[in-house]
Amino acid sequence: MNCREIERLLGPYRDGELDPERSADVAVHQRNCEDCRAALERLEQLSAAIESAPRYPASPELRARLESRFADGRQPYGRWLLLAAGLAAAALVIGRLTPVADLRPQDALANEVVRAHLRSLVVGHLWDVAASGHHTVKPWLAAKLDFPFDVEDISSRGLLLAGGRVDSVDGRTVAVLVYRRGGHVISVFVWPAAQPPDRPPAGRSVHGFNVIDWRADGLNWWAVSDLELGELNELPLSPCFLPAHETLGG
Amino acid sequence: MPLSRHARFAAAILPHLDRAHNLARWLLANRQDAEDAVQDSYLRALTYFDSFHGRDGRAWLLAIVRNTCFERLRKNRRHLELPVEHIELARDTSPDPEALQLQLADQAAVRRGLESLPAEFREVLVLREMEGLSYQQIARVTEAPLGTVMSRLARARRRFEEALAAARKEETA
Ligand SMILES: [Zn+2]
Repeated sequence: MNCREIERLLGPYRDGELDPERSADVAVHQRNCEDCRAALERLEQLSAAIESAPRYPASPELRARLESRFADGRQPYGRWLLLAAGLAAAALVIGRLTPVADLRPQDALANEVVRAHLRSLVVGHLWDVAASGHHTVKPWLAAKLDFPFDVEDISSRGLLLAGGRVDSVDGRTVAVLVYRRGGHVISVFVWPAAQPPDRPPAGRSVHGFNVIDWRADGLNWWAVSDLELGELNELPLSPCFLPAHETLGG
Repeated sequence: MPLSRHARFAAAILPHLDRAHNLARWLLANRQDAEDAVQDSYLRALTYFDSFHGRDGRAWLLAIVRNTCFERLRKNRRHLELPVEHIELARDTSPDPEALQLQLADQAAVRRGLESLPAEFREVLVLREMEGLSYQQIARVTEAPLGTVMSRLARARRRFEEALAAARKEETA
């Protein structure tokens, strides 16, 4: 490619918007061409200049006005709104989670499930199918998943199945059972285990969220919530903890 | 019981308030107008919230904000001269007063350079350089084809480079 063609690609190259092949072409060219290298350097400088420009966050007054307007609780939703208020802060956490590539496999998975849990909260999309009435969640999930999904409902006193969704973890489609306990949301991620031996629950804390994972019945289980680890551990989240309850339907 | 509409709205859309305000402030170049536009935008966003499908709350909101701002710009064309305002220094507080002076002067030049551009160019630079949006996201926000986004961004960068050079010359004159 000649300089004219390269020049048009420099912006997208710098912005990471080129496909790998063309990106490599530009990289090679600019190494050997002083003019194009200088043009690229100018783009960097422009970017640095804008970086130094002022940002204008909303004033505290505007924020207070909007928050009271939109997050103003009509009674029945009071605790959800409290939750929603916390989410503004939670949204910031997503970007700060440790990059997955730097972690040991279990930690990377913990990071991923926390990220998925947080995403669902921030976007306000907790479930694809609500557990309204009887027997709605399991058949819905079973139809969406590429593995047999035959999981018992673990609802018990104070722990309610709110809905289910499919999500993506570890590069595959996984089932998520969404439970509620008081004002807390608990996402339980389930997918087939690659290695067979069962593993007892282990807990950890990731950016203010608590995570418990275990392996049972050939499935990986990961429960994420802002509940205290001890409290989370006491919940009958795994069917292997409990005698069989009413099943999720079917 | 699913989350109420208001609570879902608050969770999905309120976290983007600062970004919404930053875009409005750069587009309208006026504090009061920006606040009004952001407030209007949030009301509109609530009205249209049922058309939001939970994908990308930031891009969805920014699209509403920019449409609100461009409507305002069209309505009051005359109202474009820029009020002088105190601006807070972005981050870096260098202890050396002379260096600080230079830095302040350069920041003023950057700001003047940006503000001298047509709104479409300011917009694409704010979305790309400040908000870090991908071309695809910018296309969604501005409801423009990808090719248009790319050429607009390239032109905006060229224009900004010229405007910045001119403003820097003036600042140091
Ligand atoms: Zn060249």
